[in-house]
Amino acid sequence: MLFVYSLFAIGLLALIFGLILGYAAVRFKVEADPLVDQIDKLLPQTQCGQCGYPGCKPYAEAIANGDDINKCPPGGEATVKNLADLMGVDPKPLDDSHAQEPIKKVAFIREDECIGCTKCIVACPVDAILGAAKHMHTVISDECTGCDLCVDPCPVDCIEMRPVEATAQSWRWDLNSIPVKQVS
Amino acid sequence: MESLLNRIKNQRWWDFPGGVHPPSRKDISNQGSIDNIALPELLHVSVKQHIGSEGKIKVEVGQRVLKGEALTHSANPFSVPVHAPTSGTIEAIDVHPSAHPSALPEMAVHIKPDGLGQWIDLKPMQDYQQQNKSKVVEAICKAGISGMGGAGFPTHIKVSPKKDVQFLIINGIECEPYITSDDRLMREYAWQIRQGIDVLQYLLNPKQVLIGIEDNKPEAAEAMRVACRDNEQYQICVVPTKYPAGGEKQLIQTLTGQEVPQNGLPVDIGVIMQNVGTCYAIADAIFSGKPLIQRVVTLTGEQFDAPQNVWAPIGTPISHLLAHAGYQPASTERLIMGGPMMGFALANDHIPVVKTTNCILAPSLSEMPLPPQKQACIRCSACADACPASLLPQQLLWYAKADDHEKAQEYNLFDCIECGACAYVCPSDIPLVHYYRTAKADIRSAQQEKIQADKARERFEARKARLERDQIEREEKHRQAAEARKQAMQADGSDAKAKIAAALARAKAKKAPSEDTSQTADEADNKKQQVADAIARAKAKRAAKQSDATIDKAQDGVSGDELSNADNATKPADAAPADVKKQQVAEAIARAKAKRTAKLAEESASESSEEESTPIAADSAQDDKKQQVAAAIARAKAKREAKLAEQQSAANDKAADNQQTDAEPAGASSADNSEPEYQQKKQRVAAAIAKAKAKKAAQQRAEKPQDGSESEAISEPEATSESLSSETDTPENEQQTAQDKKQRIAAAVAKAKARQQAKKDAQEDNS
Ligand code: SF4
Ligand code: SF4
Ligand code: SF4
Ligand code: SF4
Ligand code: SF4
Repeated sequence: MLFVYSLFAIGLLALIFGLILGYAAVRFKVEADPLVDQIDKLLPQTQCGQCGYPGCKPYAEAIANGDDINKCPPGGEATVKNLADLMGVDPKPLDDSHAQEPIKKVAFIREDECIGCTKCIVACPVDAILGAAKHMHTVISDECTGCDLCVDPCPVDCIEMRPVEATAQSWRWDLNSIPVKQVS
Repeated sequence: MESLLNRIKNQRWWDFPGGVHPPSRKDISNQGSIDNIALPELLHVSVKQHIGSEGKIKVEVGQRVLKGEALTHSANPFSVPVHAPTSGTIEAIDVHPSAHPSALPEMAVHIKPDGLGQWIDLKPMQDYQQQNKSKVVEAICKAGISGMGGAGFPTHIKVSPKKDVQFLIINGIECEPYITSDDRLMREYAWQIRQGIDVLQYLLNPKQVLIGIEDNKPEAAEAMRVACRDNEQYQICVVPTKYPAGGEKQLIQTLTGQEVPQNGLPVDIGVIMQNVGTCYAIADAIFSGKPLIQRVVTLTGEQFDAPQNVWAPIGTPISHLLAHAGYQPASTERLIMGGPMMGFALANDHIPVVKTTNCILAPSLSEMPLPPQKQACIRCSACADACPASLLPQQLLWYAKADDHEKAQEYNLFDCIECGACAYVCPSDIPLVHYYRTAKADIRSAQQEKIQADKARERFEARKARLERDQIEREEKHRQAAEARKQAMQADGSDAKAKIAAALARAKAKKAPSEDTSQTADEADNKKQQVADAIARAKAKRAAKQSDATIDKAQDGVSGDELSNADNATKPADAAPADVKKQQVAEAIARAKAKRTAKLAEESASESSEEESTPIAADSAQDDKKQQVAAAIARAKAKREAKLAEQQSAANDKAADNQQTDAEPAGASSADNSEPEYQQKKQRVAAAIAKAKAKKAAQQRAEKPQDGSESEAISEPEATSESLSSETDTPENEQQTAQDKKQRIAAAVAKAKARQQAKKDAQEDNS
């Protein structure tokens, strides 16, 4: 008889705890970022397609499905490292031989040569080009990601990529230029 | 609170952690009084002299300015103006190396002094105590006063706090070795500094004013004590010499025992700090109305013959100061702006004095040897002992070197005040501060990039959504157009009108999707020329249909509505025989011509069918535009041809053929146009050919493996349809251009025939 009681008691406890846990799981559900979004957050959003996918989000999806993490040249080693951390794999060097550390560039339209054909607008993945048909076009340099995609479609070759000029704010300290140490 | 005040009264100070005792070497420069110097030949007043955004320049080149005249203005509350340091003319407004370790060029106003020193109307505010506080703050802002000790924070922001102020601390510590500008200022102008403190006292109403001075400046402390004797609230605090006692957080801790919270401001614990130099400038601004146009600069170091302090007008080039103090260039020329601990090496001596320049140091090799080779960290923790911010410099170094930004921030990298105490004590001579500065800059730019990436993602997604919407609309449009085309096909040969309708519908559909296609049928009746035109085109198209379907798509742009369609089509086109290509080239040229003519026609037309086309009426403008259009077409042609040539790069001789065919039809088609233009056009064509040749040559040399066919194919359908639509859309022009059009039609018919022939030939060849 005691055996039955104890079975019953334990069974009851199990049921109660089960209900509590079940409720807690529903009530305090943690909204985790889906993996794709997490990966997408780490990509540089240049939307250049150099990874072989039409933009950063598709590449993020591909990574989530097991693609290599080292295909994004604009992101450089830093992005590969971050992705490796996130995915729990070993970082590897960028796979393209030409992928050196990127220099940030933005597109620039030589405006007096532009014929206003709007081809560059069609090409730009982030709508960073402003203009109307048969009118001069120009690049909003703050929005330009430097993806290069507008350069080739231009029929009169009036788009060029210019490196972003360093300002005093963005200037990177040059190591060893100042003798801090002083002896007397 | 009482015990705190008592403790202050008894001059019993707290201590901050760490700190070092470098040799102060202040006696080199603090012996003589502050000297006035002759005006330099040219003053370079940097527009941006403090953190925050700079103002807009409101003077012009050649303008004469008076001493104290504002050169910039800004609506931004975070910026203060800069002023002309003396009267003179503005030579230029141009970039000039900035007083920043990078010496990156920044905007500066270059003033040539006339030697008169003519002041503007000064508006002193002697009765400031009767004025509204905001008036006084505004006067301080207008005088261009920004912090003269450290980062150059605009003073008027600091003196209008949102919180109650317990302590106003006047920083006369000047803890960095060599520098004596504040020392001399306190000795000689203690009374004026006191006046400035009075103004601050009025504005901030603190419980206590603490004037901090290090105990290695007894004369300055004495002078200030005399000046402040009559006010109970003013307390001179002589603190033990220790570097960096003058740091904001360190001084607050020393005087009040309170710590500024991380990421907080001193005002969060009821403290405001001002530099003595700033107090002097405030007194100048309020009691005599003079803006901040000069400051005390210490010229020191063994390379100077006469080290001293001088009143340097803002904008004086360093070279002028060097000459004044008898600078002897050393074998290794080193000039440091600021002190030896926190200063930076100057890139050149054209850099001007700015509001935060307190010292120019020119050390000899013996007093400051070149930094020895750095060695590996031995983890002696001497740096951690010296750090006034209680950080772990060796750990920070480790993470900074490894680019581990996250970890570095975890170890509070941003609490580092870059004082250099750690580097000073490091037995391995590691320039620790540089690593921190680099790491900080990297982290900041990474954050910036993050923000930009987020923005880019948003824009990318917004665009994708828009494209999807467009895609749906376009599909709908295509469906309608396809129906119209089918009808046209059914009535093939017998009913030309239906065909015209189809052609028009196609053009309209592409151009103005919202426009009703049925309308065009009505219009068609009274457009005989267009009818003929359309017949020609339809014939050409039929001919093309007979041959390979894919080639047709690539060549006849009208049907290639979908960009991707045309895209795919170019590949088979590549494989087509050379004859067809010749034909293609001829066609492309003809199309370009047609487009140009269409554009010209459009210009003269009073009615413009699209919102895009601007009414350019003036004859001169028209001429101008003609030329521009011609140039643009030439460029476009050049590019297209280069691409074609690239496609054919397998056979260079064929490319040469191409060249010839290019020249012939170009010459022939120019006959279409009116006589006077004939000569001109020939030249243009020649120019275009030359350009194309040059580009082709260049590209063949480069032998870029890129596939250029894509954009080429894209350009064709659009070009054609554009020319088509602009022709059909200008009925007014009909009479004038009727003759012209007849000719063109003839040309088109001839072309179509030629093409048909070519196709047949090709088919025979293939079979
Ligand atoms: S290469 Fe990098 S930046 Fe470019 S689209 Fe792919 S993931 Fe985005
Ligand atoms: S403007 Fe050009 S380079 Fe810049 S984002 Fe757009 S397509 Fe890319
Ligand atoms: S592609 Fe070139 S010519 Fe066409 S609108 Fe853009 S910049 Fe102007
Ligand atoms: S003082 Fe220099 S050697 Fe010693 S722990 Fe610090 S960084 Fe390393
Ligand atoms: S430079 Fe930074 S880490 Fe080094 S002692 Fe100063 S506050 Fe500490």
